Amino acid sequence: MSTVRKPFEQSYYPPVPTPLTKALRTNWVWQFLRFLVINVRMLRMVRMH
Amino acid sequence: MARLLILGAGIAGHTAALHARRKLGENHEVVVVSPNSRWNWIPSNIWVGVGVMTPEQVTFPLAPVYEKTGVIFRQARAVSLHPDGSEGVSRPYVMVESTEPGKAGARERLEYDYLINATGPRLHFDATEGLGPEKNSLSVCTAGHAAQAAVGLDEAVARMQRGERQTLLIGTGHGTCTCQGAAFEYLFNVEFELRRRGVRDKARLVWISNEHELGDFGMGGMFIRRGGYITHSRVFTESLYTERGVEWITQAAVKKVDRGEIHYETLDGRQESIRSDFTMLLPPFSGVGLKAFDREGVEITESLFAPSNFMYVDGDYTKKPYEEWSPSDWPETYRSPRYDNIYAVGIAFAPPHPISRPMFIPSGTPIYPTPPRTGMPSGVMAREVAFNIVDKMEGREGKTRTASMAKMGAACIASAGASLMRGTAVSMTVYPIIPDFQKYPDTGRDIHYTSGEIGLAGHWIKHLLHFAFMYKAKARPLWTAIPE
Ligand SMILES: Cc1cc2nc3c(=O)[nH]c(=O)nc-3n(C[C@H](O)[C@H](O)[C@H](O)COP(=O)(O)OP(=O)(O)OC[C@H]3O[C@@H](n4cnc5c(N)ncnc54)[C@H](O)[C@@H]3O)c2cc1C
Repeated sequence: MSTVRKPFEQSYYPPVPTPLTKALRTNWVWQFLRFLVINVRMLRMVRMH
Repeated sequence: MARLLILGAGIAGHTAALHARRKLGENHEVVVVSPNSRWNWIPSNIWVGVGVMTPEQVTFPLAPVYEKTGVIFRQARAVSLHPDGSEGVSRPYVMVESTEPGKAGARERLEYDYLINATGPRLHFDATEGLGPEKNSLSVCTAGHAAQAAVGLDEAVARMQRGERQTLLIGTGHGTCTCQGAAFEYLFNVEFELRRRGVRDKARLVWISNEHELGDFGMGGMFIRRGGYITHSRVFTESLYTERGVEWITQAAVKKVDRGEIHYETLDGRQESIRSDFTMLLPPFSGVGLKAFDREGVEITESLFAPSNFMYVDGDYTKKPYEEWSPSDWPETYRSPRYDNIYAVGIAFAPPHPISRPMFIPSGTPIYPTPPRTGMPSGVMAREVAFNIVDKMEGREGKTRTASMAKMGAACIASAGASLMRGTAVSMTVYPIIPDFQKYPDTGRDIHYTSGEIGLAGHWIKHLLHFAFMYKAKARPLWTAIPE
C-alpha cells in the first residue's frame, strides 16, 4: 500500500524502506540466506540456556 | 513415592509435566490439572483470528498425550491451596473443581509433595467497561476468541466489498496491558489480509496502545544495529506502521468500549474517543485468583500471592523507583519464599516490577505495559524448575538450576502477514530479556545478541515453529530435540 505522507503528520517522520529493501524482504534467494542467519541467531539464544 | 502436582497445561505447565515425567522414575507421580481438555499453541491464534487457520489446527486433546507419557490428568480448575494440609489432612493439597462434562463442579482434594503453579493469566476483561468478546470488542487470546474475531473480520470485509469504509481499531484495552506483541501481530495480519482480499483502500487501520512509544512491547523496546546506526525499535516500528498505512495512538488507557465507539485517556490527561467498526483489544492480565489457607482454615492468600494474584517467588519485591531497579530483582529459581515445595512459572509468577518505566497521568491512572512473559522464557523456566524438582524427588543433591529473565535471552517471531510466498514476520532476538544498564549502559542489552529484521524468512520460521511446537507438545518421537 502506498502511503501519502503529509508534512507534520505522524507518518511524515519515520524512515520508509526503499523499493530495493522491500523487494529483498520477499526475495526467495535473499530470504533463504536470511533464514539461515536468523536460525543461527535463535540457536545462540537457545544455547545460552 | 512422591507426587508432583502441576496446575495448568499451557506452555509452561505442559513443558514442566513432559520433562518431569521423562526424568522421573516410575515410582513417582506427575499429575496435571487443567480446565481445558485441549492444548493450544497460543501464538498461532492470530492466524485463526484472520481465518487462515482453524481452532482445530492450533489445538489438540491433552488426555491421549498424558496417557501415552504416563502423566495423570485431571480436567479441572484449581480453586484453593492448602500448603499445610488442614484439620485431619496432614499432607499439603490443592482443592480442584472438575470441568469435565458430566462431572462439572465436583470437588476433589489432590495431595502433593511438590507443586508447580503454571496457571497463566486470567483474561481480565472486566477491568474495562464494555471490553471483551462477550461485550463490545474482540480478542485473540484463546482459539475460540480468535475464531470469533475471524467472523467479525469477514463481516467487516463484506461491508467494505459493498463499498463502505471501515475503521479497524486494534491494540490494548487497558492502561496496564501486556502482550503488545500479540496485538501487533494481529494488526499486521489483518492489514495483510485486507490487501489479499482487495479491500485495503476501504480500511482505516488504527493501533491503540498503552506503550510509551511504538516498539516498546512491554520490554522498554530494544536497540539494534542497522545501516551504520544503533537504533531503537521505535524507529523500525514507526517505519513499518507508516509503510503499511497504519495510524497509531500510544500512551493511551482505554476506559470504556461502547459498540462502535472507544473512549480512552492519554498520558497528558486528554479524554478522547474514536469510532470503530471492528475492534480487537487485548485485556489486561492478572493471576487466576487461587486462594490459600493454612492448617486452621485461615486465609493466607496475601502471603503467597501479590495483589495482582500472581504468585510470589524468589524475586525482590521491595517497592523501589525505576532508577533503583536491578536485574538481580528478578527471580532465579521460581520457588515460593514461604513454602520450599511450591513454585510458579510462566505468566503465573509475580514479576518484581515492570520492565518498561511506569507512567501515570496526574489523576493517577497508570499507563504503561506490564512485563511480558513470552513462550520461550516460560518454557525454559518450566523445564529448569521441573529438573530441580526431579532432583529433589530422586534424592539427588544436584546444583540448583536457575532461569532468571535477567540472564536469559529470548527469540521471538512476530508475524506480519501469513503467506508462504509473500508473507513477512519480524524476527527478534534479545539478550538479556531484562535490560541491564550497569553492564550495557547505553542500550541495556548486548548489541551483539540483540537483533531484529523483517522478511519472508521470519514467516517461514514462524510457520515451521507452529508445526514443531505442536509436534513437541504431542510428545512425538525425539520431541526433546526441539528446544523450548
Ligand atoms: C494471541 C497471543 C499470541 C502470542 N504469541 C506469542 C509468540 O508469538 N511468541 C511467544 O513467545 N509468546 C507469545 N504469546 C505469549 C505466550 O502465549 C505466553 O507467554 C504463554 O502462553 C505463557 O505460558 P503459560 O503456561 O504461563 O500460560 P498459558 O499458556 O496461558 O497456560 C495457562 C494454563 O493454565 C490453565 N489454567 C487456568 N486457570 C487454571 C486453574 N484455576 N487451575 C488449573 N489450571 C488453570 C489454562 O487452562 C492453561 O492450560 C502470545 C500470547 C497471545 C495471547
